[in-house]
Amino acid sequence: MNISDTYSFILSLLGAAAAGLVGGFALMKRMTLAGDVISHIALPGLGLALLLKFNPLLGGAATLFLGTFLIWQLQKKTGLATETAIGVMFAAAVAVGALVTPKEDLIEALFGGFERISAWEFAVGLIAIGFIAFFIAKYKNRLVLSFFSPELATAEGVNLSRVNLYFLLIFSLTIIMGLQFLGALLVGALIIIPAATARNLTGTLGSFLVISAAVAILSVAAGYLVSTKLNLSLGPTVISVASIIFGVSLFIRQK
Amino acid sequence: MEVLSIKNLTVKFDSQTVIENLNLSVEWGENLAVIGPNGSGKTVLLKALLGIIRYSGEVHWASGVKIGYVPQKIDADRYLPVNLLDLMKAKSEILRLDKKETKSVLETAEISHKVLSTPVGHLSGGQFQRALIAFALLGSPNVILFDEPTASLDQLSEERIYELVSNLQKKRDITVLLVSHDLSVVSQYATKVLCLNKERICYGTPAEALRPEILDELYGRHQKYYQHGDHKHSSNK
Repeated sequence: MNISDTYSFILSLLGAAAAGLVGGFALMKRMTLAGDVISHIALPGLGLALLLKFNPLLGGAATLFLGTFLIWQLQKKTGLATETAIGVMFAAAVAVGALVTPKEDLIEALFGGFERISAWEFAVGLIAIGFIAFFIAKYKNRLVLSFFSPELATAEGVNLSRVNLYFLLIFSLTIIMGLQFLGALLVGALIIIPAATARNLTGTLGSFLVISAAVAILSVAAGYLVSTKLNLSLGPTVISVASIIFGVSLFIRQK
Repeated sequence: MEVLSIKNLTVKFDSQTVIENLNLSVEWGENLAVIGPNGSGKTVLLKALLGIIRYSGEVHWASGVKIGYVPQKIDADRYLPVNLLDLMKAKSEILRLDKKETKSVLETAEISHKVLSTPVGHLSGGQFQRALIAFALLGSPNVILFDEPTASLDQLSEERIYELVSNLQKKRDITVLLVSHDLSVVSQYATKVLCLNKERICYGTPAEALRPEILDELYGRHQKYYQHGDHKHSSNK
């Protein structure tokens, strides 16, 4: 493994840990499917970047954050449920994305691949992961109270609107981290499956978050090894591994 | 000494007025029961006092007031991987409380280890209400707002919850604002009663407020309450 591959591998493991943790909160907020859907909002940006020959992640990130902001505004101004606002944005993004993405690049944009990254990109990735970790550490308690009862959280002084916006932004940032190696179609799965697996195994918060992150890391590590050995696509292999772990967790399910 | 003063409180949702020009003051250590028919603005009043809904008029809490809130009903998600200990920890960390306080609150609210470690969505009605009370007690509040704390409970659980509330008030010198449908509970525990039906219909001691003609005006039909055993029960005639 050369240094660039090592950077990619480390970053994909850290990205997986972030996806597992953020996925845990998304499950509690009952918006795991949003991960699948939100990731598609990156598609127009990925397509435009491929068309205009600049870094696809930058393009994906730009439309993802724009989309996230619009979703937040839509639910705030119109009172639409988060999932409805995301649904509207998703449909528009997929349509525009399919129109602008060059056909030969569409498969990679959807399913990802193991890209070599530079030291600079590695550093930016580490900062993004650090940011996600900082957010979770700082807002974990406010998020938990707001999931339990938005009313009670407000009574305890939690600013729900702000916490919701920050969470959506962190959620999008996590998706960007996974976008490159899993693709727009599969990155959402790394948010849903480890969290669902962890919920099958435990009913307490601390162990739930730890297991969710661990399953995500294990899926990426094992997926990487298997895909390298058998010369398979990385994204689909990682998600297949995660799905198998989920299947096993069904047999040892807790209430 | 006043702990709460309300002047010309009005709450409107769109064009519908829910509370109109309410004036009220509450003294420290009082146990004020708020009664009234469904939709009379009782829960809305508590939410206005907590500042979680918009209102016009003036709500003034005395300095040094720390409020605990026990909401009417929370439909806890059965899928939520969170137990009472997680919630207590979350609140405790937000308020930067000493860990010892959680322990002391759990003892006061008589929370068993089993209740503490069960996911909140799996607790029984009585366990859940007790858990909400423990949650409200964290942070040493000197005022607690109870919104029908026993609405969905059986008689025995209800009595246990009110015994707990009553003991708390004695031990911790807490001012209580209690929304209740149960006039027997009101007559037994309240020191003052506010009858609310969009506006103030009556205010006074239970003996003054729970008179048939006032209840007629408040509920639109005669409400009586009767006693059997050690406890009184209410019914509609």
